[in-house]
Amino acid sequence: MKILVCISHVPDTTSKINFTDDNSKFDTNGVQFVINPNDEFGLTRAMWFKEKQGATVTVVNVGEADTEPTLRKALAIGADEAIRVDAKPTDGMFVARQLARVAKEGSYDLIIAGRESIDYNGGMVPGMLATMIDANFVNTCISLEVEGDQATAVREIDGGKETLKASLPLVIGGQKGLVEESDLKIPNMRGIMMARKKQLTVMEPVEAEAATESKKFEKPAPKGEVTLVSPDNLDKLIDLLHNEAKVI
Amino acid sequence: MSVLVYTENENGKFKKPAFETASYARGLADMLGTTVTAVAVNAEGAEELGKYGVDKVLTVNDEKLEKFSAKGYAEVLSQAAEKEGSTFIIVSSSANAKYMAPVLAVKRSAGYAPNVVALPENDDTLTVKRTVFTNKAFNHTAITTENKVIGVSKNAYGITENEKDVQLESFAVTLGDEQFGVEVTEVDKVTGKVTIADAEIVVSGGRGLKGPENWHLVENLAETLGAATACSKPVSDLGWRPHSEHVGQTGKPVASNLYIAIGISGAIQHLAGINSSKVKVVINNDPEAPFFKAADYGVVGDAFEIVPELTEKLKEFKANNA
Ligand SMILES: Cc1cc2nc3c(=O)[nH]c(=O)nc-3n(C[C@H](O)[C@H](O)[C@H](O)COP(=O)(O)OP(=O)(O)OC[C@H]3O[C@@H](n4cnc5c(N)ncnc54)[C@H](O)[C@@H]3O)c2cc1C
Ligand SMILES: Nc1ncnc2c1ncn2[C@@H]1O[C@H](COP(=O)(O)O)[C@@H](O)[C@H]1O
Repeated sequence: MKILVCISHVPDTTSKINFTDDNSKFDTNGVQFVINPNDEFGLTRAMWFKEKQGATVTVVNVGEADTEPTLRKALAIGADEAIRVDAKPTDGMFVARQLARVAKEGSYDLIIAGRESIDYNGGMVPGMLATMIDANFVNTCISLEVEGDQATAVREIDGGKETLKASLPLVIGGQKGLVEESDLKIPNMRGIMMARKKQLTVMEPVEAEAATESKKFEKPAPKGEVTLVSPDNLDKLIDLLHNEAKVI
Repeated sequence: MSVLVYTENENGKFKKPAFETASYARGLADMLGTTVTAVAVNAEGAEELGKYGVDKVLTVNDEKLEKFSAKGYAEVLSQAAEKEGSTFIIVSSSANAKYMAPVLAVKRSAGYAPNVVALPENDDTLTVKRTVFTNKAFNHTAITTENKVIGVSKNAYGITENEKDVQLESFAVTLGDEQFGVEVTEVDKVTGKVTIADAEIVVSGGRGLKGPENWHLVENLAETLGAATACSKPVSDLGWRPHSEHVGQTGKPVASNLYIAIGISGAIQHLAGINSSKVKVVINNDPEAPFFKAADYGVVGDAFEIVPELTEKLKEFKANNA
């Protein structure tokens, strides 16, 4: 089985979110970039398929040269090879077009992406990609098994989950649950050394247009002070929630 | 070029997201000087949508659509948009809508903006405001394609009544097997319990509750308020609560009216997921807990004493205000 894992390169969850250039750009000053957490679960699941079912795993990112450390980390975790499509990931549609080309050229059986990138929260690349390459698609995927060319997946739905069956090729939008948190792989020294020797192919992008354009960012209005209520006066809290906040 | 809106239902019944997306579509249609057409699949009582500004409902009844299918439903909306000459399609932020919207966007060669919190700017850019960085910021996004799909954030635009004389029109769609390559074999849905997605109020517990044996505190309070229960990430990682209750940046987003956090410190990743809840209450024995900076109301003290007392008082309050 050939697996492609789509990796987006995002600010670490503890990053301070600030903007520069008249609020038009994300301020990367002092920001640490990491593998998108949803993709990390997918990558670890791919490693499981590699170890248990002999799959080969390629990781791909659409991004400029500064994303290479993130791809190297994925190689150190155990991916066999990496591809970087050398372009600024301007929007979901553009990225999906680039990935569709990589997916078609490599004829992958399984494409693992994340439910969403934690930066722009698009939640659109996997579904767009699947539609472009006419593959089956399961989003918010929390469990995945493959037997021959048949996949069984579990999808999280509002208020529960559902089990689905689909034949390959399949694209998933994965998330926590695909593997347990405690099973996430951290690169070890040997992995890091080996990653240096693995192939990282840089591809020119194909012609494609973005469908959206970021005009500017805005930070939420600063929050007012908290109103503290004494533990001896919980009636006051009920009164505030009822009469002031009007939520009960 | 009616504004098309996908009004979801559950077991045939419309719920809040349907009314909120319909209200949004009405607002947009008024801006553009046009009408609103809703698409309702296997639903009952579609005329109810007229109350929220819908002029026409295309009612689709097809047993192939009994279980949700992202491709199948995208195909229905695509055919409806074609029929109505709609360039705008409005969807909600439910798990199903988010599953379908990107598929629909590619089918329609449309730009898709998710998590939108307000109507577009009333100028030729029709720029929409949406949350990014898991609620830590907003982005103003222009959809540059002619066709546009807008995903409306939950509980942001709100529901507005605007009674229209609604017409129902039955709409037959042609669906091929290629739409159903993914087959749902089993649905496992909690019934009779409020879910995080629907809840007006969410009561959430953190590691401060010490262990799963103490969760009756959270559950009793939630039950008194008709609320859903949730938890912080370590609580689900430790197996005290199911993963489906984990809220935050890497868990579920919460956009309820009221969020009550008990024994949760308020780490940035937790707050990111609950920021769009309107009113936040924290109960924590550490006055320095970061949650107090993010909350509207706070009680500094021991959850094991406060929560049972608060629950009793709320029961009384409910009884008196019923
Ligand atoms: C990549 C990444 C992603 C993450 N994503 C998420 C996410 O999506 N959601 C999430 O929740 N976390 C997430 N986290 C974890 C997050 O950083 C925190 O570790 C976590 O939220 C802490 O959970 P907690 O508040 O329950 O526990 P703690 O931080 O241990 O806090 C427990 C709190 O309970 C209080 N307490 C103790 N005893 C009592 C008592 N008797 N009465 C009242 N209060 C009491 C303490 O004062 C303390 O503030 C993520 C972390 C990383 C690195
Ligand atoms: N620039 C990118 N390069 C590779 N994969 C990406 C990129 N952007 C998004 N993805 C994939 O698509 C998923 C959803 O991203 P998004 O639609 O941006 O929220 C991510 O979790 C990745 O798996």
